[in-house]
Amino acid sequence: MFPFSFEWVWDMGRMVFMGGVWYALGILGMGMTYCVIKAVYDTAQGKGGEHGHGHH
Amino acid sequence: MDSALIPKGVKRCSIGQFALWIAVVGAVLLWGVWAMLLCYFKGLNQTNMNNAYGFALWIWADLAVIALGGGAFFTGLLRYIFGKDELKHIINYAVLIGFICYSSALLILAIDVGQPLRAWFIFWHANVHSMLTEVAFCLTLYFGVLTIEYVPLVFENRQIDRVPFFHNLTHNMHGIMALFAATGAFLSFFHQGSLGGVSGVLYGRPFGFRTGLLIWPWTFFLYTWSAAAAGPCFTLFITRITEMATGKKLVKDNVVELLAKIAGWMLSTYIVAKIIDTVYWAAVTAPAMGLTLMDFYSNNPGSVYGLWILIAEVVVCGVLPAVMLVAPRIRSNPGLRFIAVTLAAIGVCLNRWVMVLQMQAAPVLPFEGWFTYMPSWQEIATTILPVAYGVILISLSYRYLPIFPQEPELNPIEGGK
Repeated sequence: MFPFSFEWVWDMGRMVFMGGVWYALGILGMGMTYCVIKAVYDTAQGKGGEHGHGHH
Repeated sequence: MDSALIPKGVKRCSIGQFALWIAVVGAVLLWGVWAMLLCYFKGLNQTNMNNAYGFALWIWADLAVIALGGGAFFTGLLRYIFGKDELKHIINYAVLIGFICYSSALLILAIDVGQPLRAWFIFWHANVHSMLTEVAFCLTLYFGVLTIEYVPLVFENRQIDRVPFFHNLTHNMHGIMALFAATGAFLSFFHQGSLGGVSGVLYGRPFGFRTGLLIWPWTFFLYTWSAAAAGPCFTLFITRITEMATGKKLVKDNVVELLAKIAGWMLSTYIVAKIIDTVYWAAVTAPAMGLTLMDFYSNNPGSVYGLWILIAEVVVCGVLPAVMLVAPRIRSNPGLRFIAVTLAAIGVCLNRWVMVLQMQAAPVLPFEGWFTYMPSWQEIATTILPVAYGVILISLSYRYLPIFPQEPELNPIEGGK
């Protein structure tokens, strides 16, 4: 639900609840975007492949 | 035939044996899929749910797998936030088990919702005062976290890892995994708690209703606590089952014992809190609503819900495994440790059973009797479906992914490739 939805009301419940949801989504989205962009950059730099090693 | 896909330094059965195994489990899976399609096309009249049982076998299964999948968030928290580095040898499996548990929960919910085409309503037209809305949001987001944690493991397959982009992506995801693990722990705390909150706020159901702190009933905290205690126990239980099935030692004892010790202390503190909660509920909360403890444990058909179920949950599957896991001599014995983690996993399932089903079975009004319920075969088949799916995903992951980093060292291959 976004603030422009017809049933949106600017009350504490919605701000805390939906704020938490979008905050968590933002962290996950930005984290993955960073990983993908850096992977594209690293690949363009010729890093990775063949000599793969484990990550745990 | 598929040897190029199998991780280096480990031995697997032939592709024929593996295909036969998948076919056997796949037959069970198809039975569940058939029942699921019946529910989708014919509706919820395929179940034995009724006006007394709006929540039934599916919701119990949901709550149970979510609690058992708690090993992923708690092991991740210990590994990435509290720096328990030894747990890196079991975190992959904890993540896989968590991924299976949460995807199973979402699958069951997708059947239970009755109107799948309207499933998105809970996200778009959210009732922000509902515990279930919080559950839906956190559950979905946390499944996203688990996917993010599981995907790098898939990319570590021998052939996929040869592709530079996937190798780099895996490396980068591992680099910020602590961020994802912290987000996962935050989300887990709230959805595990909100699942407990669902029964705790039902003041019309004195069996489940609890007092609490601010807007959160005590069951909110007990559910999170029990998931953090029983989740790692379930991870250890499945690890041992996998070791028995493969005939190999897959994780070193020091790793297993560390997780068992932490789970034991979590279980001990949880069970103390649970006993205090039960005593207060029996002595204060329920009497304030005009009921006594024995009203919830007597006069029901076949004594299905006798006092035995409370003793089984709290003493046999609570106090006993807690003591066993805390005591170093018992914990270090593999057989006794396996019994303890099995009891702990059964205990949390029993807790979810009574809080979902006994709560609805117990009469609320003086003229009512106990409500009975027997699930239909479609409900049973769709509840077994995720188990078959889990077995298949574990089998595939074990065969093709480096799930157990210590396996090559513990099981050296002669002439070793």
